[in-house]
Amino acid sequence: MWQYLTDPFNWSGNEGIWARILQHLWYTFAALGLSVLIGLPIGLRIGHTRRGAFLAINAGNAARALPSLGLLMLAVLLTNQIGFLPVLIALVALGIPPILASTYAGISGVDPATIDAARGMGMTGREILTKVEIPIAMPLIISGVRSATLQIVSTATIAALVSLGGLGRYVIDGLKLRDFPQMFTGALLVALLALLLDALFALIGRLTVSPGLKLG
Amino acid sequence: MTWIGDNLGLIWEQLREHLYLAIVPVILGLIISIPLGYVATRYSWLANPLIAFGGLLYSLPSIALFIVLPAILGTKVLSTLNIIVALTIYTVSLLIRNVIDGLRSVPPDVRQSAIAVGYGALHRLIAVDLPIAVPVIFTGLRVVTVANISMVSVGAVIGIGGLGELFTLGFQKDFLTPVVVGVVLSLALALLADLVLVTLQRALTPWARVARPVAEVV
Repeated sequence: MWQYLTDPFNWSGNEGIWARILQHLWYTFAALGLSVLIGLPIGLRIGHTRRGAFLAINAGNAARALPSLGLLMLAVLLTNQIGFLPVLIALVALGIPPILASTYAGISGVDPATIDAARGMGMTGREILTKVEIPIAMPLIISGVRSATLQIVSTATIAALVSLGGLGRYVIDGLKLRDFPQMFTGALLVALLALLLDALFALIGRLTVSPGLKLG
Repeated sequence: MTWIGDNLGLIWEQLREHLYLAIVPVILGLIISIPLGYVATRYSWLANPLIAFGGLLYSLPSIALFIVLPAILGTKVLSTLNIIVALTIYTVSLLIRNVIDGLRSVPPDVRQSAIAVGYGALHRLIAVDLPIAVPVIFTGLRVVTVANISMVSVGAVIGIGGLGELFTLGFQKDFLTPVVVGVVLSLALALLADLVLVTLQRALTPWARVARPVAEVV
């Protein structure tokens, strides 16, 4: 494996390690972006109005039970095509529930007395949401995005099975060719990427927490 | 539909393998986490590093772990042991936090009463601390069991994965039925396992049932 990693030939070009990492990141962030765009507003709405809480609570549990590989195959067979679209559908389906559930949990966990106080100060519903509820819920929202990211990074690896690129290529190709150094390289790089992204979100979490919350 | 009828044997076998691959790690993980968590509450400087290390391990993608483990363990890539060890690692890394939190949730006066009545360390752990920690430990246990059941199928990528093999089979044959059967059974298994754990938790904490109606009235 060391040989594979230190050979400069393996790092450059369209099929090199850098290109694969960029592809992997592209799949991850495309799917993550869409998941946030869909999951966040729904979570905010349910948390703010408390209507449909049942859906939000169960989304979290159901998502953990969803077999990612099955979802991926299902998306490929149902869209009847191979490529980015079915993978994106499967990844977004895995990404939405954790974001939705933790956004809801964060918003609905805000102390009612705090909301009453904000209303007493004359804030409108929208102001309460953006100036009070979202900042207080931020740590939980970020942790939801964080678990969605890990789920997506990990599943994007399997996407190579449906002939997509990314770091999974090394795993799947290595497996077919019985080229174990290549497989290990892929697995190791995916693990490192996941750890890096996780650290990134830990940092974002620290930076986005309102200073007022740190005192408590 | 005829495919299901013709392949009941295969489906049943994969379901059994799936259950085995998911449940054995949960049991092993619980057996490892409890003493580890106990040690971490006795020597409290250990607790935070252990929880942080667990979080780190839990963020590793399962497919990566399934492949890297054989190199570390010296097993073959196609050995079921890889899946079991990988999922045990996930179980411990998640459960350790719940065990520590659970043991910490024992009120100090309860602990002191137990000591005063003459309980030794081990006896107190089994008869007093662990029962009180059951709800917190079970919260983690439920999460990890359901997650394990869904992760097992990823093993099909490397050729061992219970119901996951129905996914790869359906994909290779461009045939939807096995995939749907696999997804539905995997979800059903997760739901069932969760139900069993909830029932078990109730049985283990009979006092919670006494308290519950009061809480519901309020």
